Amino acid sequence: MEKYETHTYDVIVIGAGGAGLRAAIESSARGASTGLICKSLLGKAHTVMAEGGVAAALANVDNKDSWETHFKDTMKGGKMLNNWQMALFHAKEAPERVRELEYWGALFDRTKDGTINQRAFGGHTWKRLAHVGDRTGLEMIRTLQEKGIHSGIDVHMECTITHLIKDGDSVTGAFGYWRESGKFVLFRANSIVLATGGVGKAYKYTSNSWEYTGDGHSMAYEAGAELVDMEFIQFHPTGMVWPPSVRGILVTEAVRGEGGILRNSNGERFMEKYDPERMELSTRDVVARSIYTEVEEGRGSPHGGAFLDVSHRGADYVKRKLPSMYHQFMEFADIDITKGPMEVFPTTHYVMGGVKVDAETCSSTVPGLFAAGEVAGGMHGANRLGGNSLSDLLVFGRRAGEGAADYANGKSHASVPTELLEKFTNELLEPFNNTTGENPYTIHQDLQDVMQRYIGVFRTEENISKGIEKIEALKHRAKTLKIEGSVMFNPGWHLCRDLKSMLIVSEALARCALARKESRGAHSRVDYPESDDEVLGKLNSVVALKNGEMDVGTRPIMQMPEEFLKLFMEDK
Amino acid sequence: MSVAKLRVFRGDSQNGEEKEYEVPVDEGMVVLDALFYIQANYDGDLAVRWNCKAAKCGSCSTEINGKPRLACKTRMDSFAEGELITVYPIKAFPVIKDLVTDVSWNYEVSKKIPPFTPAENTDWIMYQEDVERGQEFRKCIECFMCQNVCHILRDHNRKDAFAGPRFMIKIAEREMHPLDTLDRREFAREEAGVGFCNITKCCTEVCPEDIHITDNGIIPLKERVVDKYYDPFSWLLRKIKGK
Repeated sequence: MEKYETHTYDVIVIGAGGAGLRAAIESSARGASTGLICKSLLGKAHTVMAEGGVAAALANVDNKDSWETHFKDTMKGGKMLNNWQMALFHAKEAPERVRELEYWGALFDRTKDGTINQRAFGGHTWKRLAHVGDRTGLEMIRTLQEKGIHSGIDVHMECTITHLIKDGDSVTGAFGYWRESGKFVLFRANSIVLATGGVGKAYKYTSNSWEYTGDGHSMAYEAGAELVDMEFIQFHPTGMVWPPSVRGILVTEAVRGEGGILRNSNGERFMEKYDPERMELSTRDVVARSIYTEVEEGRGSPHGGAFLDVSHRGADYVKRKLPSMYHQFMEFADIDITKGPMEVFPTTHYVMGGVKVDAETCSSTVPGLFAAGEVAGGMHGANRLGGNSLSDLLVFGRRAGEGAADYANGKSHASVPTELLEKFTNELLEPFNNTTGENPYTIHQDLQDVMQRYIGVFRTEENISKGIEKIEALKHRAKTLKIEGSVMFNPGWHLCRDLKSMLIVSEALARCALARKESRGAHSRVDYPESDDEVLGKLNSVVALKNGEMDVGTRPIMQMPEEFLKLFMEDK
Repeated sequence: MSVAKLRVFRGDSQNGEEKEYEVPVDEGMVVLDALFYIQANYDGDLAVRWNCKAAKCGSCSTEINGKPRLACKTRMDSFAEGELITVYPIKAFPVIKDLVTDVSWNYEVSKKIPPFTPAENTDWIMYQEDVERGQEFRKCIECFMCQNVCHILRDHNRKDAFAGPRFMIKIAEREMHPLDTLDRREFAREEAGVGFCNITKCCTEVCPEDIHITDNGIIPLKERVVDKYYDPFSWLLRKIKGK
């Protein structure tokens, strides 16, 4: 009998949010045996928390909408740093991916004509977001979950993958543990799709769930893959502020999409000052900075935020269109949003940076390794538009599933040396064996404080450098962790591995933020307030592991061909 | 800042006991925050499932002072000053460790329900009033608290015969989908055991999404089943067709 429980598939998909589920469905449909592995129970992934909608140029509400406009909006929102090919595929394919959800049983809100209804959102020229009240993510994950369980996929729940395994240059498997039993498990596969989501748990105030610890980012990095655009992390303009227990929880952009107005303590509608044309529906980077500035300059709400008011739309309308928000504020903050304003402040929401992938197949720079969804980089450039994440998951989930299945086709499985697995096992069990060491919870809290304070909405060289110094110190402390208990469902033990991932992504974020000496999209340097379109606007930051060290460099952005460049000239 | 006393179940399927912890209470704090405090300061290995901490994922179902609750949604200031707070795993499912239970049975049941099956050449026109019935059931966050309080599952452990409220509304949602073509009435009766429900509405009361599980889901489903099996015309037709 083998020492380690082993499963063998053509393709494994790590992560079962929107991207992972969509990838697994596609991979299985193309005849590849497919294993889907997730840290939580199925259907609990972070996608479930997406609220406002999924962006697709269906043109059901505004018939002038087209993929061309969606493409342009996305590139402009990303300050032209996006992988244009990803933005193009995304704009062209999103409508079919959304309709496909309907074929699989999703029930979107309807127009009067009985088609899928669409709402306005920041940075989108037309009403473009297909939605279900303010619980669009839940609808999406249930639909994909339902399709997935009837697609011949094996789902492995509550399993954490800790290491990718390579044979030469290519990935050949993944190693991890069952959260329940603590037993180790090996997955052999010819191709691997990372769909592990984002990194928000490195921050103190975040809208992200506990799973968002950057596992995919860090495993890809350790396997030698390049990460791109890591300085760009999105602070969603509107997170809850009060009470402290719920600080950071998302207040959907749909509040502004449905007519919500932002005011400061003087009652001024301050977006008139920052973006008089688009006002509250400006892009997220702009709105986040505006709220931050109002509070910094002493015009904040009692708990240090801005007022967001949608009560003028009437109680019935608000309850029908924003039911989760109504309950969220009622239950957590004792505030009736149909009667008065909410208090909001930016919260860490989304990482634009991620594994550098090919737009066509989602393959990374490591053969056999693919990435889709938030863990992949490039699609959103320097700033993501609201609603473009759910569509990204669908478009590139499908492409990654296809790419991985095609890559795996006809390949035989490589063997995995037992010594390697023993090395992983020893490494993972070390915190039980250490006689002295740090508490992983303490280091996590310290890291969250550092990221919140030094790598936030506004950045300076001095601050970022201090942040890096502190991350280095935390890395050192995290080398010797100590925990109690057994391997059975032990959150303290789980955190030890997650912490390692968070430290890697935090360092990447900080080092890229230091290197980009300009302000662009979500990256705002107080010491370099202007955008440098001539030089830095033509470069993506790239992070890779070289000789055991984090190497930060640049690559020229992908050149857009003339036929698409023309689209942007028309506006001038 | 006041201090709360919590007694939390610590143990596994074999052994277990209550362990008492003192936790400082901050404004607006919820029971899940108190459990985090325990993890960070006393017992790092305290097992509890959670994901979103915003009442959207349905992972942190526990029994707080004997009542099934989402730990993320139960505020500490809902208890009287000095009131002892007990936290137990949900009772209808086997304990794995501490507050974590084995809910895998639910996923097995879910898989058996015949999926949405539209007709070919559908035009996909649906009106808001037609989708709203299904949308209500699709609010379900699968916290399984309705499964936990259902006496058929909790007290009589008839998981062999009854799929539980969560899956009654899943069947109902498919049945009420304007463009679905399958008939799941036989499945509802024979496989899912809709007849077992005697409408005590415990499931509806506990639902954190305020879904009218019994009134809008189970009762209409029962009526459809009755129409099929006890309608004299269908009965005659079945006799003639020999089904």
